[in-house]
Amino acid sequence: MTGLDAASWDALRLSLLVSSVATLCALPLALWVAWVLARARFRGKAVLSALVHLPLVLPPVVTGYLLLLGFGRNGPIGELLYSMFGVTLAFQWTGAVLAAVIMGFPLMVRAMRLAIEAVDPKLEDAARTLGAPPLAVFATVTLPLIAPGILAGSVMGFAKALGEFGATITFVANIPGQTQTLPSAIYAFLQVPGGEGRAVALVLWACVIAFVAVALSEWLGQKVAQRIKGGQNA
Amino acid sequence: MSLSVHIQHQLGAFQLDAQFEANAGVTAIFGRSGAGKTTLINAVAGLLKPDAGHVRLGTRTLFDAHSFVPAHKRNMGYVFQDARLFPHLTVGQNLDYAARFRPKPRAANHRREIIELMGLEKLLTRAPIDLSGGEKQRVALGRALLSRPEVLLMDEPLAALDSTRKDTILPYLERIKAQTDAPPILYVSHALDEIARLADHIVVLQNGASVLNGPIFDVLSDPDAVPLLGVRQAGAVMMAQVEEHRAQGLSLLKVSAGMLSLPGVHAPVGSTVRLRILAQDVILSRTRPEGLSTANILPVTVRGIKTGIGPGAAIGLQAGTDKLIARIPAPAVQSLQLATGQDCYALINATSVAPASIGR
Repeated sequence: MTGLDAASWDALRLSLLVSSVATLCALPLALWVAWVLARARFRGKAVLSALVHLPLVLPPVVTGYLLLLGFGRNGPIGELLYSMFGVTLAFQWTGAVLAAVIMGFPLMVRAMRLAIEAVDPKLEDAARTLGAPPLAVFATVTLPLIAPGILAGSVMGFAKALGEFGATITFVANIPGQTQTLPSAIYAFLQVPGGEGRAVALVLWACVIAFVAVALSEWLGQKVAQRIKGGQNA
Repeated sequence: MSLSVHIQHQLGAFQLDAQFEANAGVTAIFGRSGAGKTTLINAVAGLLKPDAGHVRLGTRTLFDAHSFVPAHKRNMGYVFQDARLFPHLTVGQNLDYAARFRPKPRAANHRREIIELMGLEKLLTRAPIDLSGGEKQRVALGRALLSRPEVLLMDEPLAALDSTRKDTILPYLERIKAQTDAPPILYVSHALDEIARLADHIVVLQNGASVLNGPIFDVLSDPDAVPLLGVRQAGAVMMAQVEEHRAQGLSLLKVSAGMLSLPGVHAPVGSTVRLRILAQDVILSRTRPEGLSTANILPVTVRGIKTGIGPGAAIGLQAGTDKLIARIPAPAVQSLQLATGQDCYALINATSVAPASIGR
């Protein structure tokens, strides 16, 4: 019915796992960076913004290679992680998570930053005069108003992670059952004569997931617009 | 509870240096736009930390050189010009917002009282986006009152409303003021008609400095204050008692110096109302005039004369225990031989007192 063999299922399952973990890991950090970019005023803000957006403009293969240099077993960070925690990222599914986090991060930050910027700080002032301490202001006013933006950003990050290919294949290679994600699997199938059938089945799955993700983010984007509009008319 | 305020703050090239005391009742902070009104009230609320000065409420210091109590610990209600209702919460949830942080005993009773006072019974389940401007402001007033503030701050609460809506909200403000447990109210406005209806005390801000400060009846009838308040807006406030409603919509009102016949008075017989008599609607005569269309003639004594403000002169008048102010052409001061202590008659055009200028 699904037209998928064991290797394809493995790739699909791994892709969903990597994307989910990557999105969940990136979420708090992306929210914090979005907040800083939207609200804080400091020197070097442009540098931070450029750094965050870099993976969006760099060829993914370059990003993957830089990750390999930094996080490989002999790289400075990779060596440190291994000696201190015994953790290896290169050529592991966890490395695929790292690549997905880095590649999806700018998209997540962007969506969340727009949502935060659309919140009128005057509403937060009003909450303060009603007795809400700073954290409560965030939890009861800011967070509910930007929630659709956070969700939309997460969907974007998830979709990006699902489709990530260049950085992933460079950093963690294409090992079936270990690091072979959905795009890597499609690529691998297409390298083998007669593999088109398996590839097409995966392509269809990728299309369905992508369509659902985009539709979801579109719907959530409309919700955020509605909420903020209500705020401005108030 | 007395509020003592002295705020010094530099904002770019603008320097704010204002001080005043506010007690029970309504203290108006009047000034043109850019006079520093909002900066001043934000500093009182704790939304802004001023460079220097102090804010004291009773014996509690909220701000001075050594301390700064943040806004959420000040227990001040703040009604903004733009109601600032939380768009993701219903009206009822907006009203209950402060209770999450300041739980108070007897809250259920109080909630019911405020909802009734502000006429919000039918709005509770609505979303802020579905409310009219006036309704939003009533919810904002209710929300601030339900936080049981020790001081209520209002920053131009009517400025965003058209004049019809304004007239529907003003009675609610008068209701709040009339409550027995009403907190001291700071009312920021650039509209003297609102201030004349509501305030007991007025602080005048000019270019960031508090230049005038006193009871509303004295300041609004002070000829020397006319340049500060604006020639067109100048007008005194007097108290009157409703004696009788007559035909043609005219009502007979008793003031300390005599009787006035005015239209548009809806307050019941026996009640006391405020009348705002614009300076330009008062005509002076040395002798008691006869055969005029207006019956509103009060014997008055000249208290002070201010010339040199354009083609007009402002004349401060004592009418019984009330004070009036008249604006007459400058040459008339000479021809009528007006001087302080001079007795004369003030004529008030009956139709010139707008209903909006008559408040409880």
